Amino acid sequence: MSTPILSLSGVRTTVRGADADLHPVDGVSFDIAAGETFALLGESGSGKSLTALSILRLLPDGVDVTTGSIHLDGTDLLALPEQAMRDVRGRRIAMIFQEPGTSLDPVMTVGDQIREVLDRHLGLRGAAADARALELLDAVGIPDPRRRLDEFPFQLSGGMKQRVMIAGALAGEPALLVADEPTTALDVTIQAQVLELLRDLQKRLGMAMLLITHDLGIVAGLAHRVGVMYAGQIVELAPADRFFAAPDHPYSRKLFESLPTRPTSAGRLSVIRGSVPPLGQVWQGCRFADRCDDVRPGCRDADIPMKALEPGHAIRCILGSRALPPAVASAPLDAVVKVASPLLDVHDLRVHFPIRKGLIRRTVGHVRAVDGVSLSIPAGRTLALVGESGCGKTTVGKGIVRLLPLATGRIMMNGVDLATLDGRALRDRRRDFQIIFQDPFASLDPRMRVSEILEEGMTALRPDLDASQRTAAVDALLTSVGLATEAKGRYPHEFSGGQRQRLAIARALAVEPKLIVCDEPTSALDVSVQAQILNLLRDLQERLGLAYLFISHNISVVRYLAHDVAVMYLGRIVERGPTEVVLRHPAHPYTEALLSAVPALHGIDARAPIRLEGDLPSPAAPPAGCHFHPRCPRATDACRREYPSAVSLGPAHTVHCLHPTR
Amino acid sequence: MLPFKPILLWTDMLVLLLIAAVIAFVVQARQHEHLRAPWRKVARSTGGMIAAPVLLAFLAIGFLDSLHFQRGTPPEKGQAEMRYGPDVLSVLDVLVEHLRVQQERSFSAPFATHAHSRETITRPDGSQVREFPRLRHGGSHLANPETDRAADIGQRLLRALGISTVLGVLASVMVVGTYARRRGLSFDGALAAMREGNVDIPIGPMLVSALLLITTFTMLFALSGVYHVFGTDKVGQDVFYLTLKSIRTALVIGTATTLVMLPFAVTLGMLAGYFRGRIDDAIQYLYTTLSSIPDVLLIAAAVLMMQVYMDTHPEIFDSVTRRADFRLTFLCIILGVTSWTGLCRLLRGETLKLREQEYVLAAQAFGVSHFRILLRHILPNVFHLVIITTVLKFSGLVLAEAVLSYVGVGVDPAMNSFGTMINAARLEMAREPIVWWSLAAAFAFMLLLVLSANLFADAVRDAFDPRMRAVRRGSRAKQAKVPPQPRVAGAA
Repeated sequence: MSTPILSLSGVRTTVRGADADLHPVDGVSFDIAAGETFALLGESGSGKSLTALSILRLLPDGVDVTTGSIHLDGTDLLALPEQAMRDVRGRRIAMIFQEPGTSLDPVMTVGDQIREVLDRHLGLRGAAADARALELLDAVGIPDPRRRLDEFPFQLSGGMKQRVMIAGALAGEPALLVADEPTTALDVTIQAQVLELLRDLQKRLGMAMLLITHDLGIVAGLAHRVGVMYAGQIVELAPADRFFAAPDHPYSRKLFESLPTRPTSAGRLSVIRGSVPPLGQVWQGCRFADRCDDVRPGCRDADIPMKALEPGHAIRCILGSRALPPAVASAPLDAVVKVASPLLDVHDLRVHFPIRKGLIRRTVGHVRAVDGVSLSIPAGRTLALVGESGCGKTTVGKGIVRLLPLATGRIMMNGVDLATLDGRALRDRRRDFQIIFQDPFASLDPRMRVSEILEEGMTALRPDLDASQRTAAVDALLTSVGLATEAKGRYPHEFSGGQRQRLAIARALAVEPKLIVCDEPTSALDVSVQAQILNLLRDLQERLGLAYLFISHNISVVRYLAHDVAVMYLGRIVERGPTEVVLRHPAHPYTEALLSAVPALHGIDARAPIRLEGDLPSPAAPPAGCHFHPRCPRATDACRREYPSAVSLGPAHTVHCLHPTR
Repeated sequence: MLPFKPILLWTDMLVLLLIAAVIAFVVQARQHEHLRAPWRKVARSTGGMIAAPVLLAFLAIGFLDSLHFQRGTPPEKGQAEMRYGPDVLSVLDVLVEHLRVQQERSFSAPFATHAHSRETITRPDGSQVREFPRLRHGGSHLANPETDRAADIGQRLLRALGISTVLGVLASVMVVGTYARRRGLSFDGALAAMREGNVDIPIGPMLVSALLLITTFTMLFALSGVYHVFGTDKVGQDVFYLTLKSIRTALVIGTATTLVMLPFAVTLGMLAGYFRGRIDDAIQYLYTTLSSIPDVLLIAAAVLMMQVYMDTHPEIFDSVTRRADFRLTFLCIILGVTSWTGLCRLLRGETLKLREQEYVLAAQAFGVSHFRILLRHILPNVFHLVIITTVLKFSGLVLAEAVLSYVGVGVDPAMNSFGTMINAARLEMAREPIVWWSLAAAFAFMLLLVLSANLFADAVRDAFDPRMRAVRRGSRAKQAKVPPQPRVAGAA
């Protein structure tokens, strides 16, 4: 290995607390060579972002690097005065942040943000700076860069903003680029564009890159070497191909096993017990011991040092190298549709949001968030609704449970049209359908105890129960979602994200619904916890015969849980069919692009990437004809004229496309 | 038969209502951790705990001054009924009876034994001289005031110091003992913990402030029996007495106004934010209009109109006190009506945010009625704003009263208040030698009240405001880590 550009040795970052000092980063050492991409992989709270901020010395007040050293090209960064450090930031090390929407200054034009860096670090001004800024925007693939120079961030889409961020980071021609979750806030198709751009730039400019992410797929596509972080320490350090072939630390192995693409033979996902440990925990021995399945007597005795298995590959475990258990093919959900009358039958659902203008708020138009969606779910089965953000999938879910006013449409359930019900009659029907939300931190009232939260629905919808029955029901519910019954006296903030999502599920179950709309229930959770929730949802379905409308942007989760899939684009369903069929043989070009954009691990599901151009159009003014035609590689004149009607491709597999893949 | 008849004035009722509300809140807070936790944080702030004893003392004085009654004389022969005097007195009046009755004829300086201005006095021999006459009460026990006064004051101060030492030790033992019992420590253990600074509640600073307060008040009372410690005003009333009586007025204005304001602000704010649309429009127009009229103008117009009404209907008030009290109540109401817009706007904004929260959506998915959602989900989650606004507004209202009374549209001239004291003192500032003590006493007491209220309000806001919490977290606590990632996609 060549001499490293960046070298961290025993870095320990300390948060001075009121009671005790905490160490979110606790003895991290790694090197990054020139032209190399090093990925720091970890769940939230593992200390990976603070490691990056420590390198740049951008730590918040009260947080400091207390021991260890950070060398950049032989210079000790920790010893530099702040003045000199400012020359390093942006010039030698640049950083891309997670949220492009908040990391650009909204009152500065795109050009000014880039020129600021050019002026500060390279002394470029005037025409020279303009020319260089143009080059940079061009290099990050922004179409029509001359016009964009004078635009403000609000005029750009999310993907564009992230490209501008990258252009700004490259402006100082840094030796090292730190990318902190660069695509987490973006949609899959946009994420694919940005990842390709990063890979391309890195190859072309030969700079080193520190990639911080929680997503194994992104690591697989970009990194040369991987460091896995857990509870402030690096637990495994390996070359990427070695790591993806056979990870050795029990935690790394568990991360792979708990992916929805690798269910065990029983059809369940392998899970990591418990949840990510809190920061204040006092450690004795191995930090992963409490959650490890392979825990041995020696694990908790003393701190475990890094052990080299071969050159460039080390783990923090007393066990050696072992082979990964073979991946089992996705557990078959019974694919045969038992043609019973469906539990839920939605026909031509439309949800329009009025656009109001002027003093008296006259309606001047409508945002057609949902524009004629039809779907049906039999009892005890799962239909997944897939699409990028802004396609209207959440609106469909909220419309079906009547949390939003409907424009038109029929929602038949048990022979009753929910869309026509109102007031009392609707309230009585609400027992049958419930909803689970995405963010478990916003979906539980922080001022109510668990028992009050769970009893709320029962009080409203099951007036036949008396207080003691309700208490008994609360106990039963908590047990059924895997929580201790002592939990009922506590407040939501005392629970972790995964536990909160269990509470949200228990709350929905409290009224014994037949259908649950799950609105991205795992997307705010860590991978290890996601597996627990997915298992729980599947168990409950088998035990209680629930039907799910599962809204998600995550294809692998859908593949694990859903019987059927419907793909949405701009307020309409473009393709629908059994999960296996749609995901293996997508017929609509949008479905194909969506699937190919998902970052793939080695060997599994590798597809030739189809890159979509541009962004989702506004649902207020959808393109004429097929909504997808401006981005579609197969578009013809016919596509521009009219919206394609449904084409049947097989049992229960339909697609709205004039040129479907057969 | 009672030797007195309890009287319930309008403002007394407001005070009792407030006390009931506070008790109800405390009972509620004891059961709910999220209500109790911020108050525990208040108890840990040094500023808040320094202010607390001072505020408590003021509150105690105000409360004693709110228990009104009329004195009765026993029935004479042939009469069945007790006869009651015309004066409405309060318990405070009885406790400091000497201050109320020991009136001079006109101005006298603090600790003076002689009047502030010369008077023509006819000597027994018939000759007339102009000199400073001895006061009727101030220092009247001294045979030779010029030489004896300093020694006498010193002696009384020493005695007061002795008493306050005893009181102080008692108070300290009580506080430390209570703390020790609560924390399961021995008394010595608690003392040792305090010495090491190892206590979660800043007992030390709190005790210092309490001891200073005890000492000051003991000294004031010890001296006030024979001297006018703050002098006397134009009609010879003791200024210390006036100051004590003003405290209740200030407290009533500061708190009862909130009581009037809260129903408007909370109901309208939550309705506007929750229902949006036309209801929101109507409420917004209402408060925008109201807040664009200058408050003073509105208050002056209302108070003057009411004054005219009171002047034309003197028969509805059977005593001066009732009349003054009615005007105070009215002032509270009109101040409340003009000051709800700020909180209303705040609550509307917060409710707009909360109604989109998923737990509110979840409740709607259960078919929970709007009224219950407002009551169970929205109200508890905006309540911290109500508390913060209430405590922050208190000092502003106390000052507003002073300004309004100074302008002449405040409380009744017969009512003691800091505003009327300052207003009266204004006319005497031009005298030679200057009469400074009325103004100084009103200023000192008002400053003490407002300062401690502000200190306490700061502590309350720090404890309740989630944003302040975030700031402090960012600086030192463990939450310095990055915020939870909004989307955690699994790899495929």
